[in-house]
Amino acid sequence: MNNKLSKFARISVFIAIGCIAALWFVPMWRIDLAAPQYPEGIFMQIWINDVKGDVDVINGLNHYIGMKTIHKEDFREFVYLPIVLAAFCIFGLVVLIKGRRRAYYIWTGALLAIATLSMYDFWKWEYDYGHNLDPTAPIKVPGMAYQPPFIGYKKMLNFEALSQPDIGGWLFITAAILLTSVSIYEWRRAKKQLHENPFGQSPASRRHDKRMQQGV
Amino acid sequence: MKSTESAVSGDAAAKTYVAPGKYDELYNFVSGGFNGQVSVYGLPSGRLLKLIPVFSVHPENGYGFNEETKPMLQTSYGFVPWDDQHHLALSQTNGEHDGRWLFANANNTPRVGRIDLKTFKTAEIIELPNSGGNHSSPFITENTEYVIAGTRFAIPVGNQESPLDNASFKKNFKSTASFISVDKNTGHMSVSFQIILPGMDLDLSRAGKGPSHGWFFFSTYNTEQASTLLEVNASQKDKDFIVAVNWKKAEEYIKAGKGKKMPVEYYHNVYDEETHSATSRIIKEVLTLDPEELKDMVYLIPCPKSPHGCDVDPSGEFIVGSGKLAALIPVFSYQKLIKAIDDKAFEGEYNGIPVVKYEAALHGEVQKPGLGPLHTEFDGKGNAYTSFFVSSEIVKWSVKDLKVLDRVPTYYSIGHLMVPGGDTKKPYGKYVVAYNKITKDRYLPTGPELAQSAQLYSIDGDKMQLLLDFPTIGEPHYAQAIPAEKIREQSVKFFDINKNKHPYVSLGEKATKVVREGNVVHVYMTAIRSHLTPDNIEGIQVGDEVYFHVTNLEQDWDIPHGFAIKHAPNAELLIMPGETNTLKFVPVKPGIYPFYCTDFCSALHQEMQGYLRVSPKGSNVPLKWGTGEEEAAAPVAAR
Repeated sequence: MNNKLSKFARISVFIAIGCIAALWFVPMWRIDLAAPQYPEGIFMQIWINDVKGDVDVINGLNHYIGMKTIHKEDFREFVYLPIVLAAFCIFGLVVLIKGRRRAYYIWTGALLAIATLSMYDFWKWEYDYGHNLDPTAPIKVPGMAYQPPFIGYKKMLNFEALSQPDIGGWLFITAAILLTSVSIYEWRRAKKQLHENPFGQSPASRRHDKRMQQGV
Repeated sequence: MKSTESAVSGDAAAKTYVAPGKYDELYNFVSGGFNGQVSVYGLPSGRLLKLIPVFSVHPENGYGFNEETKPMLQTSYGFVPWDDQHHLALSQTNGEHDGRWLFANANNTPRVGRIDLKTFKTAEIIELPNSGGNHSSPFITENTEYVIAGTRFAIPVGNQESPLDNASFKKNFKSTASFISVDKNTGHMSVSFQIILPGMDLDLSRAGKGPSHGWFFFSTYNTEQASTLLEVNASQKDKDFIVAVNWKKAEEYIKAGKGKKMPVEYYHNVYDEETHSATSRIIKEVLTLDPEELKDMVYLIPCPKSPHGCDVDPSGEFIVGSGKLAALIPVFSYQKLIKAIDDKAFEGEYNGIPVVKYEAALHGEVQKPGLGPLHTEFDGKGNAYTSFFVSSEIVKWSVKDLKVLDRVPTYYSIGHLMVPGGDTKKPYGKYVVAYNKITKDRYLPTGPELAQSAQLYSIDGDKMQLLLDFPTIGEPHYAQAIPAEKIREQSVKFFDINKNKHPYVSLGEKATKVVREGNVVHVYMTAIRSHLTPDNIEGIQVGDEVYFHVTNLEQDWDIPHGFAIKHAPNAELLIMPGETNTLKFVPVKPGIYPFYCTDFCSALHQEMQGYLRVSPKGSNVPLKWGTGEEEAAAPVAAR
């Protein structure tokens, strides 16, 4: 059976690596907050290794309700994620060299696994920040938690919060969709090949045939 | 009889209505007169936006009270915490307002201040030597090369004591025109040179522009050189002068080494945005030029009668003199002036300075414009607008053919008037604002002293239209206005705490401490919503000089914190985000002194407070401070 990746799949490897490598230069996620007293809005950006934007302002606000303050140093994710993503990119190069479907499938699976784990981690992080409040906080609203929306819009007291992927997030999504689509495409192509040529030539048998023809 | 209400027509309100949440079109900087401040209004709404203290102490924010700004008000005659602020000039590039700085004069103790329009703070004040009242100031050249400061009162140069009679006046008294150069990048001012003029009163001035760039024009009164009862004695001559100064020529003379260095003593006070502190420097020398010796630098143009305003039109060709006792407005031509000088069309000399023939420099006279012309501003369409104090009106006339086009009453007794950009090459030209001296009937009475007032008129159409009255703070003299977009975007929101180079800054709560040096105690304190660190201080003794150095740790817009301590006899602090300010406090009695934040900062603003324990002198209470946990306190044995 022909196990080789199509040209299309090979190009997709470059695109996916490009999308993921771009995460070192663009933010992945952003949370926007708006309130009447902040007409200009405040926001926070999550990078693979940093939190940026009005983090100090948000920390200042959070202290009234007893939320933990956000510090880059508190996130081990900011150490792991760059390593994991760098490994993913290197793995991509291996896939390219090997040029095998199976490697490509595993690679796609790895990206989906990273995505799923990251999202779960992000949700857990939001849950933790929103629920683990300082019992000595100056302002306590009975029954109120301050978990930001995982994705989309949520109103929390006087603040309107919007959580959504930033450029990097969209690039990640692009990479994930691309790899998944190409995997499906490759899967179908493989099935089709199998169907058309159930005893299909493996490269080894092709070499064998060639030798036979040449009378070696 | 003019009625107080009749002048406003139907759509005036709509033209000045700025809906909630919308911005005004223009910033209007208005001089504060005897309150020594500058006030900032939005136009066309007339809403007051800010007061900027320049020459006056201001308890509201501690200006002149805190240790950082005290040097700003130092002069060679000591600490002068007030002044009489008359005129304002926005910095210019190519004859247009550029939105960098605003210059302000102090009329009483001769000074010029510079306000930074990124922070709306007074950034610098320079004192003027050899000056007896700084009235014709701070007018400005088209690229902010110079800010001018002409003396109002002639005084003996060097201010020696001198008898007060007309003979002594003629002999000893002189006027000076100071040329303050402005550094292109920093805005720092220095007195470049002074031209020593005959004793007379310089009133107002304008820089030439375009073709007349390189010249400065001053109006003057009391060319009679009287020292007493000027009301009568300075109104005798039919014509006084417009003094035309060729400052490019003055620069040439200086290059040629013709200037004379004179020993003087004056202060130069500069505020540093990184240390958040001002420092004073004493300067001991000034370069002077004598026009009696250095010919073709100064000329006099006769101008009827006691001219006040002396205004140059946007083309730079016409100079409008306003004889405040004259029944006409003379308009001079720059080209004709130059030709008259070339042709030596002089009618004589005045104290050794050539006097050009009146007709030789005259473009023409506006006949019967009104009574008591004071000031003229221009639109971009060749029209001039002159204020008339005696007949209480603004008169619009054409610069080219000198015909009166329109007149509107002002309620009451207008002084200066201002067309946004009316002193530049490119007036904005949509409004004229009248700054009135007397406002009977315009507002609810407030005892003998009534509100000061400004009035906004539309000059869009052929007819001027009154749109709005709005009260002002202090006695407004001159004003400047600039389109909002030239300033709005550059406005500083907070100071970067990482750039705070104040010698007593606390970069974070962990850096706070209390340090005793003899009977001087330095409290390194921080403020953040909603607490002060430290908020409990013990071990202070009666008579100690306690310096509270409070750093506002916030890095967010519009979150200043205040700091006040009970019985503080001077003022409070108002500390901008990222800034450090210092309040000096000397307790006179033992006891507990609460301190707190004065500027409403958050939901827990009221809780932002603390205590200072003051013990009797010689007490053995140890120095101790902290916020929150007991163990955060760091006890140190009292000396």
